[in-house]
Amino acid sequence: MLKRLAAPGFVTGLGIVLFWVLCALFGPWLEPQNPYADDLMNALAPPSAAHWFGTDQIGRDIFSRIIAGARPILSVAPAATLLATLCGTTLGLITGYAGGWVDALLSRLIEVILALPLIVVALLVLVALGPSSLNVTVVIALVFTPIIARTVRAAVLAECKLDYVPAAQLRHEGALHIMFVEILPNILPPILVEVTVRLGYAIFTVASLSFLGFGVQPPSPDWGLAIAENYGLIVGGYGWTVGFAALATASLVVGVNMVAEGLQDALR
Amino acid sequence: MNSALSLSGLSVSYGSVQILRDVSFTVAAAECYGLVGESGCGKSTAAFAAMRALPPAGRVTGGSITMDGQDVLELTRRQLRRLWGHRVSMVYQDPSRALNPTLTVGAQLMEAYRVLRVPDVRERAEAMLAKVQIPVPSRVMAAYPHQLSGGTQQRVVIAMALAKDPVLLVLDEPTTGLDATVEAEILDLVESLRREAGTAVLLISHNLPMVARMCDRIGVLYAGSLVEQGAAHAVLRDPRHPYTARLIGCLPGGGRRKQDGALQTIAGQLPAPGATLTACVFAPRCDRAEAICLSTPPPERWTGSHMAKCHFEPPFPVAEDAAPDDVVAVPEAAAPVLVATHVSKTYGQVRAVNDITLRLAAGETLGLVGESGSGKTTLARVLLGLTAPDAGGVLTLDGAALGPTVAQRTRAQRQAIQIIFQNPDSALNRAHRIRHILGRPLARLAGLSGAVLRTALADLARGVRLGDAHLAMRPRALSGGLKQRVAIARAFAGRPRVVICDEPTSALDVSVQAAILNLLAGLQRREQVAYVFISHDLAVVRYLADRVAVMYLGHLLEIGPTEAVLAGPHHPYTAALVSAATSAGRVRLKGEIPGPGEVQGGCIFQKNCPRKIGVVCETVVPPFDAEDAHPIRCHIPRPELMGAV
Repeated sequence: MLKRLAAPGFVTGLGIVLFWVLCALFGPWLEPQNPYADDLMNALAPPSAAHWFGTDQIGRDIFSRIIAGARPILSVAPAATLLATLCGTTLGLITGYAGGWVDALLSRLIEVILALPLIVVALLVLVALGPSSLNVTVVIALVFTPIIARTVRAAVLAECKLDYVPAAQLRHEGALHIMFVEILPNILPPILVEVTVRLGYAIFTVASLSFLGFGVQPPSPDWGLAIAENYGLIVGGYGWTVGFAALATASLVVGVNMVAEGLQDALR
Repeated sequence: MNSALSLSGLSVSYGSVQILRDVSFTVAAAECYGLVGESGCGKSTAAFAAMRALPPAGRVTGGSITMDGQDVLELTRRQLRRLWGHRVSMVYQDPSRALNPTLTVGAQLMEAYRVLRVPDVRERAEAMLAKVQIPVPSRVMAAYPHQLSGGTQQRVVIAMALAKDPVLLVLDEPTTGLDATVEAEILDLVESLRREAGTAVLLISHNLPMVARMCDRIGVLYAGSLVEQGAAHAVLRDPRHPYTARLIGCLPGGGRRKQDGALQTIAGQLPAPGATLTACVFAPRCDRAEAICLSTPPPERWTGSHMAKCHFEPPFPVAEDAAPDDVVAVPEAAAPVLVATHVSKTYGQVRAVNDITLRLAAGETLGLVGESGSGKTTLARVLLGLTAPDAGGVLTLDGAALGPTVAQRTRAQRQAIQIIFQNPDSALNRAHRIRHILGRPLARLAGLSGAVLRTALADLARGVRLGDAHLAMRPRALSGGLKQRVAIARAFAGRPRVVICDEPTSALDVSVQAAILNLLAGLQRREQVAYVFISHDLAVVRYLADRVAVMYLGHLLEIGPTEAVLAGPHHPYTAALVSAATSAGRVRLKGEIPGPGEVQGGCIFQKNCPRKIGVVCETVVPPFDAEDAHPIRCHIPRPELMGAV
């Protein structure tokens, strides 16, 4: 298993992700300049030795803001994924193990949520509740829960065909014991893969919501927000104000997806 | 005469792991040669290597292969394809995987002729289906594989294999997974086709008696070495290698009963692939082994055409004495432990179990036989309380009514009825250690905890000969036999009164099966537990069971003392089952087993019965007196049920 994880794709992906995690954890020590400090004299300066990635409209150092921007995205996206995993796994275990009308009812509910376009639902909820990190987390978790539940349910159904489940029923184990102690440890691999795939989508969604103005609010440093604030400047030749933020987002998503793919190959 | 296939000193490796060592044998034209061995001994590898169809990691490291006069290892890719396309055919274990599910049988069979560039493909295909004894070829031609039974599917695969009129037909476990009566028909078919067409056959199987019955000569593989080879009857009657001798001793055949004593077993287990082997590969498990066996590879000793790779001559004494143990006979009037009265189970329109009444005495073994779809597994689930029976059926344990499901039974009742599943890989939770797997039922069923539980756990493990080291392992670290011991220990954790054994040895090798059967017999003696022993292997049932019940499409056709049921007079269906394991006097079923609800009124067996006596079978349900010692559900008077068909 560990040997199969040594595939180049997985290692590269893990390297990218770890880089951004370090930025998120130790940002304040890594930033060469204060990401909030404006310097109107130096506004829209191109990349140089003083400002590696250049400066934005009010002269803030983009390199520092990119590093600082790792924190909001790497706190909201994993938190949302984790919440969705907890809810989705529980829901999937219940629908898969209980079967019958419980399964029929919950499965229809899941299908209804799955039928709604993700961004539209998220926007509606955020318009109603107001944009905040907590609301973004909850809304992404809400949308991802049924997707994870469906994966878990399929895995549970396969496990329920194995004889250790009736063996547990024969000693009158409770449903909770059978679901969480007997079945859950056996379906962790597919859940793990699903979590990494979802994390990639969550990062993407967080960045999209920020871009649309429903995520992190100015003047906080944020990749999606930076793109939204500056994309009008690309035509003027100030590409660096957008390019590095876009590159940061893309690299993180690609890194997570490479990890997911590596895990999937290793666990298969 | 030119040989169809000749392997000479063949060695094959997967990566750095050597799988076959210096294997030589020859299949003469029109000969049937059997290759026997337990799982992992390299028999399939030998077949793939002979065809030069090894998976990419496999490599021939020595020796030569001659097929139909051509050196297979020297052929170009093009010549090899010609060989595959025109001269040899292979039939595998699972016919449903050999057929393309998206094409009709006709399309696939005609394709087999089209590649040969012959005219009249449809006519030829239909003629071939008729040749493999398919009654209405045109109907099967239009069908998709999933619409056919396993037996018919395998006939189709054989028809495809024979389309090119091959010189050599390789059959790799062709009947594993098929019912006994179907297996017998397929083997008869292969036999008659071989005699007719003069095709050489290489038959690969783990089933030694079956191979010996089918083949002219057999070779015995052990850990990649051909340890013995000779005429089939000579090898079976007079084995000249200790491994073969012990393997035959492991078989519960020849009418042996548990009263006659324990089965022989082979100590230790097969060497793992890649393990360092001793000079004689069998030496670590051999009773006869001496120092020379570890230092010098044994020579091929020839006695006429009979070869054995051993330093010594038979006889090979058995070290441990397999003297008869004291088998406590079941008291004649033993009070019944478990009684099922008029138990049925209906799924939608399908009556999986139909009005079954039976009694199980303390300490007795009831063999439950029947083919797929007979309802034996459903009956087991009903007895266990995993499936509630239809209203009206009554289950009692020691005279007290049993709830329909586990949840409605008392703890004592749950403790009393347990099961050993067929496949330990499925029955043991792979996420947990053996300690947890055995400790949990001790806590839940026996209500133990703390130090008492730990002592009981150690006793339980010792009872099935598992050591402390095993308790810390997970199932995947154990061999098949050890896993089944864990499953047995789990069933016995609550000191049950009744244990349902659902084909507990069918996934195991013969040498392991013997040890498991001995263990079950021993546990029964000690604990006075009653077994419901579900099996398709009549030799195993005869060995272990005191009484036998025969099921067919959910109905109990016959129940009685083992000897009486198996020797007759018995039901025509029982006759077919019994004769399926022999080569002479085969009783054949008519047609295929009907689907659910196809038989309305009269005898349930009327559609398959080879001895139907007339309209009475279609209109009157045969009498069945459950109070009788040996009731038979048949209109034919009992004296006429004996013998001749």
